[in-house]
Amino acid sequence: MNAIFKVNETFRNDFTFCNSPAAIRRFPLPFAEDEYMYSVNIEPHLPGPQGSVSEFAFDVDEHYVAECHEREIVLANEPLRFQALPHMMSAQWDCLELIMESLARDYPKHFSLSKRNNHWQWSNGPLNMEQRFTFGDAATLPRPPLDYITRQAQGDFVVMDQREGNLWCEAGMVTTQADWSLDFDMGMTFKEWHGPVPLAHEMGVFDRAIKFLLNLRLGQPVRRLNWTMTVNPRLDTSPENYPHWGPDRASVNAANAGDLVHLRVELQGLWRLPRSNAVVFGIRCYLISLRELATIPKWARRVHRVLKKLHPALVDYKGLTRYREPAIAWLAPFDDGSPTTPGTSPE
Amino acid sequence: MSAQTITVEITSIAQVTPLIKHFRLKATTGGYLPAFSGGSHIIVVMRGQKRIHRNPYSLLSSPNRLEHYEIAVRRMDESRGGSHFLHDVVKIGDQLEIAHPVNLFGLEKQARKHILIAGGIGITPFLAQLEDLRCGEVPYELHYSVRSHEHAAFLQHLGTREATRVSMYYDNEGATLNFEELLAKQPLGTHVYVCGPAGMITRVIDTARSYGWPNSHVHWEQFNAPPVGDAFDVFLARSKISVHVVPDQSLLECIEAAGVEVPYLCRGGVCGFCHTRVLELDGELLHHDHYLSANERTTGKSIMPCVSRAKAKRLVLDL
Repeated sequence: MNAIFKVNETFRNDFTFCNSPAAIRRFPLPFAEDEYMYSVNIEPHLPGPQGSVSEFAFDVDEHYVAECHEREIVLANEPLRFQALPHMMSAQWDCLELIMESLARDYPKHFSLSKRNNHWQWSNGPLNMEQRFTFGDAATLPRPPLDYITRQAQGDFVVMDQREGNLWCEAGMVTTQADWSLDFDMGMTFKEWHGPVPLAHEMGVFDRAIKFLLNLRLGQPVRRLNWTMTVNPRLDTSPENYPHWGPDRASVNAANAGDLVHLRVELQGLWRLPRSNAVVFGIRCYLISLRELATIPKWARRVHRVLKKLHPALVDYKGLTRYREPAIAWLAPFDDGSPTTPGTSPE
Repeated sequence: MSAQTITVEITSIAQVTPLIKHFRLKATTGGYLPAFSGGSHIIVVMRGQKRIHRNPYSLLSSPNRLEHYEIAVRRMDESRGGSHFLHDVVKIGDQLEIAHPVNLFGLEKQARKHILIAGGIGITPFLAQLEDLRCGEVPYELHYSVRSHEHAAFLQHLGTREATRVSMYYDNEGATLNFEELLAKQPLGTHVYVCGPAGMITRVIDTARSYGWPNSHVHWEQFNAPPVGDAFDVFLARSKISVHVVPDQSLLECIEAAGVEVPYLCRGGVCGFCHTRVLELDGELLHHDHYLSANERTTGKSIMPCVSRAKAKRLVLDL
């Protein structure tokens, strides 16, 4: 990545977060056509085009340092945003290895990892961190392995143990979530954890997804996109902090929607972990304001149409009820009715 | 699955019992092989002169030593070619392709105690699991049943460290494992794992059930070699081709040889990945898998082509 880290941007209070023109153009728009409905839209997590968010296993972008700072703020107030049940220790090490190896391989200018048997040395340039430790010996790290490494990664991580033909949410780092709580969901099965999602259960989406994930193979990760919307570029829209962000929804009108309303896209990646046979679910959040989005004419037309036609159950579930109309009104002048080209590319 | 494979070189071959050979494999690119968990198997792709064999073998080497993988291969009486190929054809220095490890027989991380029951070649997945168990704090026992001393493969692997944890049962000395006694009085939270001949697996499952063990605490693995059977023909509806299935090749192998890919993981009737819909059937499906329920078998709508066959005038599959 060639971007310069925007170290001082914020995701709370004064909300100085914004996307550079380059970041806008690589934004992972989740709408390949002018309307949206669920599908099991899982594809192999193979390297995407150069510069795209899927070029590497874990995307590091201009927001990397600021997002890591934001995570520290959340954890300082609410340490339970990281949790791991005792039997998940080998999965924690698997995650640490996966993230360290990926970052060092894909961003050698910023990260490095050297190994001599179990003696590892990790260096994180952007966060100015150095660590020598013994792989497998948690006493040699300042924090539990998953906690340690996910403080140096963008996006949330949930680690699922596999047993009894099911996946169980039993470790995770969750600070950039779209209104769900790790603390509440710990110990749940994959289906229980996704219980609140409307329509998808009836459509059999989760039955097919779980069958697929139970057979997820080592060395063959998969990904999918999911989306919602958020008022202000706030990463931490947690149920625990609902009083802080819920009322923001009432502040949106047709005049300010372009700056307040953000499309929130999750790049979800799933990897089989080698030693623990667990599955790690990475949920990386990308934010873009409607004003930034509207700099791409095709995307403005498309998002306008998707919002207009969105199924009422999804409007409610995604929490858009109070501000969908102003968002549509703000986007309307950008939609002259001309067709959009298929696919998600900017043109 | 058109899985990407890893090319490995055979670095040693040892005859460990009259029927079992032990192979050590290293990556031809050098360096470490992918990490794995005890109980995992790999699919070994063998390019014989007439055909390609793809057989699953449990990894028996330590998950902590990734310079090489080790597998053990029992010569099958009615070999369709895979075990014959590994026993009689390959030499040290030959190359094979393998798929990434898959674990369908992992240890339960929340177990309070593990009981491992092995029969013959069924010892292999446990050898890797013992490496993990040895480093942990959860109590475990291995019960290992073999024909005679000369058939007790890998006793030296178990070593003196396991001496108090391993109970040996030699058939020729009349020592038999008493499943009732073993399973009747175990503490809550105990998990039992069995790998061995079909009869042994059935007895462990039945005994555990009769003592009220929850199904979730009883684990077993047995890779069925695809059985030899009568030839039959199958029509693949989406590919619009007919395939002739010969007696000593599986339905899956014949479909693959015809150029149609079917997703698979275990090729042994365990994982359910090659589950295929039966569109038309005039005759009988010969199910040999461990995956379909009794109900699913009777409806005749599904088949696992890796091990199952048919005796039918007409069979149409959704492939």
